[in-house]
Amino acid sequence: MIRIAVAHIWVHDQQEALDFYTKKLGMEVRADVSFPEMGEFRWLTVAPPGQEDVEIVLMPIPGPPVMDAETAEQVRTVMAKGFAGTVFLATDDCQKSYEELKARGVEFTEAPEQRPYGIDSGFRDPSGNSIRLTQVLDVPVG
Amino acid sequence: MTAVPPARHLLRAKDLADAHYAESIGVADMARAARLSQAHFSREFKRTFGESPHQYLLTRRLERAAALLRTTDWSVADVCVAVGLSSIGSFTTSFGRMFGKSPTAYRASFPPAAAWAMVPACITRVYGRPKHRTFREDSEKSAS
Repeated sequence: MIRIAVAHIWVHDQQEALDFYTKKLGMEVRADVSFPEMGEFRWLTVAPPGQEDVEIVLMPIPGPPVMDAETAEQVRTVMAKGFAGTVFLATDDCQKSYEELKARGVEFTEAPEQRPYGIDSGFRDPSGNSIRLTQVLDVPVG
Repeated sequence: MTAVPPARHLLRAKDLADAHYAESIGVADMARAARLSQAHFSREFKRTFGESPHQYLLTRRLERAAALLRTTDWSVADVCVAVGLSSIGSFTTSFGRMFGKSPTAYRASFPPAAAWAMVPACITRVYGRPKHRTFREDSEKSAS
């Protein structure tokens, strides 16, 4: 069986992203390894406590020779413009999670709102990545 | 710490419009969120996102108004106020220009079931925002 194990998002500053995802979102560090032989590349992953089988890589935007300077600048710009992708998080209680995250300084771009599929809200990480926080409606199967 | 790309500040202004469209905010508030002077801000916003901040804020409000018309039974006046606009006349005119029909006719054209498709809000907000249209385009159309 094929499972999703790890997915990456670009971040413009790994340390800032780490603080955000751990201190504000409450995720835990799963891997934090630097490789001197790879120009100090830092493999940094986080995940929600209790969800063992999936991780998010907080991926720095590389420079040459991995990525040419022009492409790196384009990725940085696309990310800063908010178009580099979205992480969809699920919660059992959107309003409660919203209050908790807001108290920790997360600035929401959308407060929880009732939608046909549940209660949905949204915010951004410091790099500009869009993050959704959704309480998905229980839909009976069949 | 790595320097934040300039577009990140402009995104804060866009986010402000998305988060606070229901309040009486304007381009000046968006410029403040980006920490730029208003003239410089408007130029940079348009260069970065391809439309003026005024257009973005107006079409965001109209997208939200359209959603409320589809999913609630609120009066047109209530919908207008709920998206941060105070003049019902301007609202009706702008809405008609962007969506090609009056708010009432727009609402009537949607069967209630269409509002309950399981499409995430972030998708409907992005794809539902109308293309900005001006009176100039109307006169160009009638001239051609």
